[in-house]
Amino acid sequence: MALDSKVPEGPIKDKWTNYKNHIDLVNPANKRNIDIIVVGTGLAGGSAAATLAELGYNVKAFAYQDSPRRAHSIAAQGGINAAKNYQGDGDSTYRLFYDTVKGGDYRSREANVYRLAEVSANIIDQCVAQGVPFARDYGGLLDNRSFGGVLVSRTFYAKGQTGQQLLLGAYSAMNRQIARGKIEMFNRHEMLDVVKVDGKARGIIARDLITGEIERHSAHAVVIATGGYGNVYFLSTNAMGSNATAAWKIHKKGAYFANPCYTQIHPTCIPRSGDYQSKLTLMSESLRNDGRIWVPKNMDDVLAIREGRKKPTDLSEEERDYYLERRYPAFGNLVPRDVASRAAKERCDAGYGVNATGEAVYLDFASAIDRYGREQAKIQNISNPSNEKVYELGKAIVEAKYGNLFQMYEKIVDENPYETPMMIYPATHYTMGGVWVDYNLMTTVPGLYCIGEANFSDHGANRLGASALMQGLADGYFVLPYTIGDYLSDDIRTGKIPTDTKEFDEVEKEVKDRIDFFVNNKGTKSVDYFHKKLGKVMWDKVGMARNEKGLKEAMVEIKAIREEFWKEVKVPGSANEMNTELEKAGRVADFLELGELFAKDALVREESCGGHFREESVELDGEQKGEAKRNDKDFAFVSAWEYKGEPADAVLHKEELEFKDIELKQRSYK
Amino acid sequence: MDLTLKIWRQKDSNAKGQMVDYKVTDISEHMSFLEMMDVLNEQLVNTGEEPVAFDHDCREGICGMCSMYINGEAHGPDRGITTCQLHMRMFKDGDTITIEPFRAAAFPVIKDLIVDRMAFERIQQAGGYISVNTSGNTQDANAIPISKHAADEAMDAATCIGCGACVATCKNSSAMLFVGAKVSQYALLPQGQVEAADRVKNMVAQMDLEGFGNCTNTGACEVECPKGISLDNIARMNRELMKANI
Repeated sequence: MALDSKVPEGPIKDKWTNYKNHIDLVNPANKRNIDIIVVGTGLAGGSAAATLAELGYNVKAFAYQDSPRRAHSIAAQGGINAAKNYQGDGDSTYRLFYDTVKGGDYRSREANVYRLAEVSANIIDQCVAQGVPFARDYGGLLDNRSFGGVLVSRTFYAKGQTGQQLLLGAYSAMNRQIARGKIEMFNRHEMLDVVKVDGKARGIIARDLITGEIERHSAHAVVIATGGYGNVYFLSTNAMGSNATAAWKIHKKGAYFANPCYTQIHPTCIPRSGDYQSKLTLMSESLRNDGRIWVPKNMDDVLAIREGRKKPTDLSEEERDYYLERRYPAFGNLVPRDVASRAAKERCDAGYGVNATGEAVYLDFASAIDRYGREQAKIQNISNPSNEKVYELGKAIVEAKYGNLFQMYEKIVDENPYETPMMIYPATHYTMGGVWVDYNLMTTVPGLYCIGEANFSDHGANRLGASALMQGLADGYFVLPYTIGDYLSDDIRTGKIPTDTKEFDEVEKEVKDRIDFFVNNKGTKSVDYFHKKLGKVMWDKVGMARNEKGLKEAMVEIKAIREEFWKEVKVPGSANEMNTELEKAGRVADFLELGELFAKDALVREESCGGHFREESVELDGEQKGEAKRNDKDFAFVSAWEYKGEPADAVLHKEELEFKDIELKQRSYK
Repeated sequence: MDLTLKIWRQKDSNAKGQMVDYKVTDISEHMSFLEMMDVLNEQLVNTGEEPVAFDHDCREGICGMCSMYINGEAHGPDRGITTCQLHMRMFKDGDTITIEPFRAAAFPVIKDLIVDRMAFERIQQAGGYISVNTSGNTQDANAIPISKHAADEAMDAATCIGCGACVATCKNSSAMLFVGAKVSQYALLPQGQVEAADRVKNMVAQMDLEGFGNCTNTGACEVECPKGISLDNIARMNRELMKANI
């Protein structure tokens, strides 16, 4: 099947408006006869469910948690971008569009990104109307801050808990619709497969996680909003339950999977401390607004610090290597995530890591505390303030800005970040790859949509800070509700979709057979054993830096782990009860397939782009010497994989990316 | 360190539960409490026993999913944290640790340490929202100026993660800190004013219907709240309710 992105004709700034003016609409009376299933109720799914219900459709929403409020969108800290130009610093729709395309290393779809920038301002208005308590300045107006990869202040925030507040906004909108009976909410349910009738998505098979019961649910369209697959690495900043099952199952039923190798490695995570570690914790990127990143200049100091003979605060300015400020003077500590992550890894690989594992750099707030302290002393008319006074005043400002993050760090590491620099290291965070969708956010299966992190379209090979929340809400509140109507306008006479059909019978049998296999397999090893093994191969060979040899080895190794998994996995308990091991087994089975496709995709992409450093593709001279080398001539495409059984047999389809409004050029943050 | 764990095991909501003893060894002080539980579960799976079911997800203290009652305290010893943020450095070699589900009539046990907190959902559905259309045709956000003080206070209330520690820790199993936080958030913001009276009446009515007890100002909820939600929110809720009833 040829890929048709369905991007509307015309100038980029008019595409979305013209499109909306020409789509088919569904009469309000007919919306009452149409059912939509939304799987996943984070920012994208929650906002979509609420809006579709508001429009009048009957929505069935599914969450694997006890409440939509637990979705991992809740953990997003820093903020949400919007081209409001409230600060008057030159922001515009075009500039947000430009920054996002450039930040994504020119591997996203121009028309989608422009639309995202266009609706961004609306998102803020919507959320404020819902009572989201964004930070305000003393005049009562909205406050903004700046994020990596941009030169304007366009990030709206609610302390370090922006994701939480935006999610609770969407959740409250959902609650209003649940109360009205327009959303039927299925908590503690997991979608285990999609059902197609005559080629169209017409329902899902779900498992009630409390009783173990397998249920059939039908609808005229199905929306997948289940987030990313970063847990393929086992250790990531994702919640423990974040999984790829829904996205992977629809891939196996015909939805192409795009750019699986695009995974964001976030630069500011708390480093790993031991083998027992279950997950990694992110510290908001907003910390880089005020924190300075460094490692010691001299190896002697590195060793002294690791052995506890010296403290980081013993080192003078001259003895520190502020490597981001040194290498990228224009952006300094605010370079995009991929650049900051790679630079940290480069220093640690060179032996300058400052903790026991050698995988940590410092994020230091001493300069910020001093700077703010002196500023405050001036404001408060304190002449010749003592160093203690400056520290006290400065600390109060830093605490007001990042207090909860500092507290979180101290709880985990048991060190006070006001007194000593934080230690950070890159970790897997967000997946830019995902299910391929066209401009309508529809997958290659008619009637099957995919929104938010679960799809691929807007972030390219790298995601700028504060843009994930933006995409989730844009898709859910403002894009899908229009585009899905165009499709559903053909369904007004279809009537209720029956579930007692052979199509539902077949898929339900597949789902039940798999569950029966797990609970009856007399294996010897736990699910986590396999997940950790997969994670190690992924991080070592398909992580931030990759090469052809390693990727080929990874594909072989992952296949071997998968084969062992199906022989040796052990799942205690039964199918007809709450069984958390059974839930994990199904999810890890999917990761074991996705991981191999991930490596295959990385193997094909013989270029460095975004956070994905292909060791064979590096700038050899000039100002950019040593930096990642992108290859637009051969790789300015989206790789969309068609399922053909084994992941290694997947067939590649290319969506060539066209850049008509932005010139493709090397990213430089020098 | 080596520890003895006394854990509540209960097959499902109808079964009779009991405390069961387990031993774990070689626990590092750097582990989180849930990582220690992972170690136990790995041990149980390897011996073919069913692992202990417990709720957890983000492991960053924000999703509100984890809900253990440890040594008689919601989320265990240490202040201002959820169970996932509790670290083993709070315990000593040889300790016996008692682990139970959150206890409240309105939170029935589903399995082992997992309880059903749907009562909170129904309270939110009774009015924990602002009735605005999600169409995007709203006025410009800066057309609703909000004083920094009010915005900050609303944010403090809105920080509630709905974990239920307040209920679990209250001798009356009262949900007033949780409900008070949501009522306060909207009471402090101009957007929430139009339906303020109905909101507080409906939410409080639902809270009573769910079987939560009343507040007797003991303040245990505030002490145990991982997000430091203040008792002031309960006072504000009571004022709002009184205002609504006049």
